[in-house]
Amino acid sequence: MTHTPSAPAGTRPPREARDAVVIRFAGDSGDGMQVTGTQFTVETALAGNDLSTFPDFPAEIRAPTGTTFGVSAFQIHFGSTDVTTAGDELDVLIAMNPAALKMNVRDLRVGGLVIVDTAAFIDRNFVKAGITSNPLDDGSLAPYQVLKLDITRLTMDAVKPFDLSNKEAMRCRNMWALGLMLWMYGRDRDATTQWMRKKFAKHEPIAQANEAALNAGHAYGETAEMQDIVPGYTVARASVEPGTYKTVNGTEALAWGLITGARKAGIRKVFLGAYPITPASALLHTLANLKKFGVITFQAEDEIAAICAAIGASYAGALGITSSSGPGIALKTEALGLAVATELPLIVVNNQRAGPSTGMPTKTEQSDLFQAVYGRNADSPLAVISTATPGDCFETAIEAVRIATRYMTPVMLLTDGYLANAAEPWVLPDLDEIAPFPVEYRTDPEGFHPFLRDPETLARPWALPGTPGLVHRIGGIERSYDSGHISYDPENHEKMTKTRAAKIAGIATDIPEQEVALGEDSGKLAIVGWGSTHGAIHQAVRRAREAGADVSHIHIRYLSPFPRNLGALLRRYDRVLVPEMNNGQLVHMLRDTFLIPAEPLTKVTGKPFKISEIEHAIQACLEGI
Amino acid sequence: MTAVAPLTAKEWASDQEVRWCPGCGDYAILKAMLKTLADIGNRPENTVFVSGIGCAARFPYYVASYGFHTIHGRAPAVATGVKLANPELDVWVISGDGDALSIGGNHLLHLLRRNVDVQFLLFNNEIYGLTKGQYSPTSRRGTRSPSTPMGSLENPVSAGAFALGAGARFVARSVDTQQVHLSGVLTRAHRHRGTSFVEIFQNCVVFNDGVFDDFTEKSIAPERQLLVENGKPLLFGKDRSMGIRLNTRELRLEVVKLGENGVTEQDILVHDETNRALASMLVALEPPDFPVALGVIYCDPITTYDQDVYAQLESAGAWKSEPDLNQLFRQERTWTVE
Repeated sequence: MTHTPSAPAGTRPPREARDAVVIRFAGDSGDGMQVTGTQFTVETALAGNDLSTFPDFPAEIRAPTGTTFGVSAFQIHFGSTDVTTAGDELDVLIAMNPAALKMNVRDLRVGGLVIVDTAAFIDRNFVKAGITSNPLDDGSLAPYQVLKLDITRLTMDAVKPFDLSNKEAMRCRNMWALGLMLWMYGRDRDATTQWMRKKFAKHEPIAQANEAALNAGHAYGETAEMQDIVPGYTVARASVEPGTYKTVNGTEALAWGLITGARKAGIRKVFLGAYPITPASALLHTLANLKKFGVITFQAEDEIAAICAAIGASYAGALGITSSSGPGIALKTEALGLAVATELPLIVVNNQRAGPSTGMPTKTEQSDLFQAVYGRNADSPLAVISTATPGDCFETAIEAVRIATRYMTPVMLLTDGYLANAAEPWVLPDLDEIAPFPVEYRTDPEGFHPFLRDPETLARPWALPGTPGLVHRIGGIERSYDSGHISYDPENHEKMTKTRAAKIAGIATDIPEQEVALGEDSGKLAIVGWGSTHGAIHQAVRRAREAGADVSHIHIRYLSPFPRNLGALLRRYDRVLVPEMNNGQLVHMLRDTFLIPAEPLTKVTGKPFKISEIEHAIQACLEGI
Repeated sequence: MTAVAPLTAKEWASDQEVRWCPGCGDYAILKAMLKTLADIGNRPENTVFVSGIGCAARFPYYVASYGFHTIHGRAPAVATGVKLANPELDVWVISGDGDALSIGGNHLLHLLRRNVDVQFLLFNNEIYGLTKGQYSPTSRRGTRSPSTPMGSLENPVSAGAFALGAGARFVARSVDTQQVHLSGVLTRAHRHRGTSFVEIFQNCVVFNDGVFDDFTEKSIAPERQLLVENGKPLLFGKDRSMGIRLNTRELRLEVVKLGENGVTEQDILVHDETNRALASMLVALEPPDFPVALGVIYCDPITTYDQDVYAQLESAGAWKSEPDLNQLFRQERTWTVE
């Protein structure tokens, strides 16, 4: 069914209540969809909903206008209960052109609402989008509700007083659409208005025109005769923990966590060596803007130089960090071995993406777990931890710094393209409540040698160049356990190999025991995840439990070494199902480490799990028991 | 503060047993380095030697300073990190021709163009020693080696030309066994702010013995070496009767003899170490037609990368006071749930 509202109407029906809604703004990359989505997010956060967002940028930098590969989208899932994913299916799709409709309508639920700008549905744009008939007429949208609006004309009318060029006026279309959506869900416009006034402070007519478009879109909803299709909705405030919030994406939270970690460790300088790579570059950009926090960013000539410079910086007393994605991590492998051999603290952030090789750089995957845990020559263990949500990136980064400095070891921090870009409300931490873990640089020459180990952690001393009395040499050649000098002694090599392994294994005594994220600590079925699948698993398990299922959610942050109780915990369930965005990696590690018949649930489409996919898997599992 | 007595050359030697082949040129370079360190009065705790992989890369073990023996080709990158983390350190990078110009060529290029304040010493023996004698990127075409039994087919890279092309602000050359000259060059390299690129012709006694004899062999050295000094005419030969003149018509250097064809000292080029064009011509001189230019061929300092990085950090307010993280987290829109 389609609707073309015309005249403004009189009385309007009351707004209907919704628990949760998923909206996607989709248009050409020049249509300002990211801005639109971000502003809708801000107003939604201020309205007190829980939310989660995910932007979907085109891979091409400047794709031709109107083409399918130039489509840019922004999705927001918001509601009155806890929201942990960007949403399975869309309730509303705003499609600013035919290409945006074509690429996104498949994600709209049956009966969902699609809003189109009819002015863009012309032959020229059908050709660009590679479609042969007008989807507004050919019946292909029959499963949905369609709201056909001439957003272009309505915007032009609204901004007429401001004497803009045609191009400038067209660029206000997104604000018209935003205004309509803010009306639809009963959101304020104040934050957006303030933001526009600030952003266009030097171009007052543009600020005024955008504001007029925003208000016109809002007024259109308020007055138009479309109550039979869109009555307007309310989404009640979510009951969330008290505190001060802001929305953060995984990249920001990670950057702030690294800085906070360095401060808690008492390290004055943070050093990031990085080479541009999608989707990891955002961390380089973020940290490059935080110089006043003592952050040195070094854009290296290649991935190898990036990690090597970070190792050099750690050697000289800074917190060395390098960041990349799978292919770049592969290039860093040899240098990782050097950091393992010389036992220097180092944070290696792997922002995973779909592979192998170039794969699908803008698409997310969790397929570098084996690479992180096993992917080096020789016996070269290091610690591997992972982030579960955007906000969790903050805590995980601090934990990475703690482990790296306390154990004098590289720590691989696994995050992914989804987490890097996804955003959620984050309760601002009380920094005083985060326990400090000050590093002790060695200064005492008495009895010093560079591989003299702490009996508890087996960590060697961090002895910085510049310290009198501690001159020493380190390197990749095997060193004597007793003197730190180079040694080819066979027994010594075995002892050093075992010691390096014991040091990493010992971290298990210094990390929390594995907890059950949701459900009982024994039972019929455990869903065991790691990384960004957290949100989808959490919701699926919650729904299944509400329906009476005996299922629990366990989410592993510490992947190497595993928490000391993990094996015992998993053995208390009849079945263990491991959802992963790869072809089955954690599941192998669990089977291998604990000799349990863990089962895989894999998805390798470059897209996150839907809640429903995990729900179905839970049902199938429980029916099979 | 009491002044600490500078270390002697002997005290600059570490307690580690030196393990190069008997007769290796590296011994001579080490000796000159230890003397230089003593002469310039460095403190061991503020001195760091960083190396890659190869025979030369063992060097840091033998100096009583901080040392980091890293991985093949990557010493420039590690050294950059060291220097950026602590610009107070005096950082020396030790490398060989394979390490610097083959596997690590990219890093050397970028070290030089960034102009990080370190000394980069290239021990050039025109062969891979530690892997038992394969031809290297500086080996002359036709070099017979285990991997090129019929002779190598590759044209060698000129280290000096590479460095100048990469934007080096200090390019010098010396010879392992010419201790006084080498120590002088190392002293100048140390004094220079920015990357000091020093190519040291080093004899590999096992795999490439005598490869530089055509200009280092004592009896012919004076005729085959052009020892450049800033502000002095480019003269060479036993009695300094030979000189380098610029042929302006063909824009190339030529060898002339004083007193012949009316040539006087007025015709001889005077070395100007800030002249990049001259430096480019000097590094290209090769026997047998020309002498090999040695000494400080180019030196024209500009601001260094580490200085500039810290200038930016300073202007951003780093380390001035402890900036408030809470403020950072709250700088954009927040909301409070009661």
